[in-house]
Amino acid sequence: MSKQAATATTMTTKLMSSSRSRKRSRQYVGLLYISPWLIGFLVLTLFPFIMSFYYSFTDYSMIKAPAFVGLANYIDIFTKNPDFANSLKVTFLYVLMAVPGKLLFALLMALALNIGIRGIGVFRTIYYIPSILGGSIAVSVLWRFLFTREGLVNTLLGYVSLGPVDWLGSPKLALFTISLLPIWEFGSSMVLFLAGLKQVPKELYEAARVDGASRVRTFFRVTLPLLSPVILFNLIMQMINAFQQFTAAFVITGGGPVKSTNLYGLLMYENAFHYFKMGYASALSWILFIIIMAFTFVLFRTSDRWTHYEDGGDGR
Amino acid sequence: MTAGRSWPATLFLSLFGLAFIYPLLWLVAASLKPNADVFTTIGLIPSHIEWSSYKQGWVGIGRVTFTQFFLNTVKLVVPVVALTALSSAVVAYGFARFRFPLKKTLFSLMIATLMLPDAVIMIPRYILYRNFGWLNSYWPFYIPALLAVHAFFIFLLVQFFRGIPRELDEAAEIDGCGSFRTLTRVLLPLCVPALISVCIFQFIWTWNEFFNTLIYINSVSKFPVALGLRMVLDNEGAVNWNQVLAMCVVTIVPCVAVFFAAQKHFVEGIATTGLKG
Repeated sequence: MSKQAATATTMTTKLMSSSRSRKRSRQYVGLLYISPWLIGFLVLTLFPFIMSFYYSFTDYSMIKAPAFVGLANYIDIFTKNPDFANSLKVTFLYVLMAVPGKLLFALLMALALNIGIRGIGVFRTIYYIPSILGGSIAVSVLWRFLFTREGLVNTLLGYVSLGPVDWLGSPKLALFTISLLPIWEFGSSMVLFLAGLKQVPKELYEAARVDGASRVRTFFRVTLPLLSPVILFNLIMQMINAFQQFTAAFVITGGGPVKSTNLYGLLMYENAFHYFKMGYASALSWILFIIIMAFTFVLFRTSDRWTHYEDGGDGR
Repeated sequence: MTAGRSWPATLFLSLFGLAFIYPLLWLVAASLKPNADVFTTIGLIPSHIEWSSYKQGWVGIGRVTFTQFFLNTVKLVVPVVALTALSSAVVAYGFARFRFPLKKTLFSLMIATLMLPDAVIMIPRYILYRNFGWLNSYWPFYIPALLAVHAFFIFLLVQFFRGIPRELDEAAEIDGCGSFRTLTRVLLPLCVPALISVCIFQFIWTWNEFFNTLIYINSVSKFPVALGLRMVLDNEGAVNWNQVLAMCVVTIVPCVAVFFAAQKHFVEGIATTGLKG
């Protein structure tokens, strides 16, 4: 009997230790599966991230090794480069027009689609199409044709005896015309808002109606707060993208007229890939990075005042 | 909603939708119009259909035709899409189903890269690829795809894996499946809708990719359609408008076709992850 018990005990310990070692090997299995990403992250993200910080303190044209110059690039950018101030201004204006414009449109159309009409799928598809063409150059070319002096938009305005407006030729208007492009591509944000709206519990609307709340009040007190996390998320992602916009301005106006659409992305591109001033361009990229981080940080920090989370994370 | 209340809304949405889609319809129509009519008529019906714009536009620039640009694009896009789906699925499996040291930290880092502006790593990446001798090749597109650099896709698939009951994996393991066979035989077949989303997104993004092709590819014989179109624009943009527009249509068609073929997955894909726009 006791022998049997002893055997049983050794069996159990053997089993346990083997399952423990299997567990340990399982740990490495997990690491093995994520290893492609891990290598990619270290080599293609983290290493470049650190290097661009280092390059930003160097003079580097890729012909000779980078030469350390301290803060010279930054000092030059802030004190001697009028293009920097201009690009910064233009980019801020662009972000301020494109991002709220796009989100507002997306939100309004999502609300309109959410009232329960028939054929919602068709409308969703139609509004979505422009955004799948997103950064494609074909759409930028199209924009150039639509807003040129003899273009479709001016022809239409002509029918109601307006214009012609110099959409792309006037330094005052060109940036506005370019920021209409991302607004036209509001579909992807709209789809996210629609998904968010579907999550709002019907009982809340019922309750609001029973309490005699008006539609406007219901929107501001029920719909908007429940949608606020989706709005915050969209706002941040769209802002990050908009700060780095390149293709539209590059193809539609090439930065002109008189640098009125010379977005920050174009300024960086010019310094890095025309003049091959890699150190200087890295400094520019770090300034942009810090600006984007600052905006993201502020949005996150202030968001607990205006976003609402269902699961007790309510920040009021 | 009652039918009486919803028809004005339907009307409004239809008119609005028409206005939004009109530029694209105009693009197709204008590409078929005689060149002189491109700007003088705004209707959608051409006075007579002029296919020559497509023929002449297709010839491209110099000795490189759009046939070549298309082949190049396929050579660029297909491996990128396949590698992305493969690597993202494997990595997502690791994050969704295994415990390992620093998992939480690594997962947070992965999510953080979603918000890292590309601008800040673009220059050192370029220098790195240049040192590898990868300029003017498609390696700067293949290798990041192989290494699952697009965290968005990993995240999308992790979310999807989490929705699949673990009992399925455990059953497979009891039946003697190794972890890799569990992935390929049990989980991946269930993930097909999510994998389709990944492929479509990556197809459309890579197809439309402009900036990276602009900096990495510099010989015309290796240009994808995006760069080919830009060249046509620079050469013919001032004169043969209908040719430029025809080539715009040609580059857009594959994306729109893919979108329509799989739009259900596409729209649901973004809606379920709540990401990207």
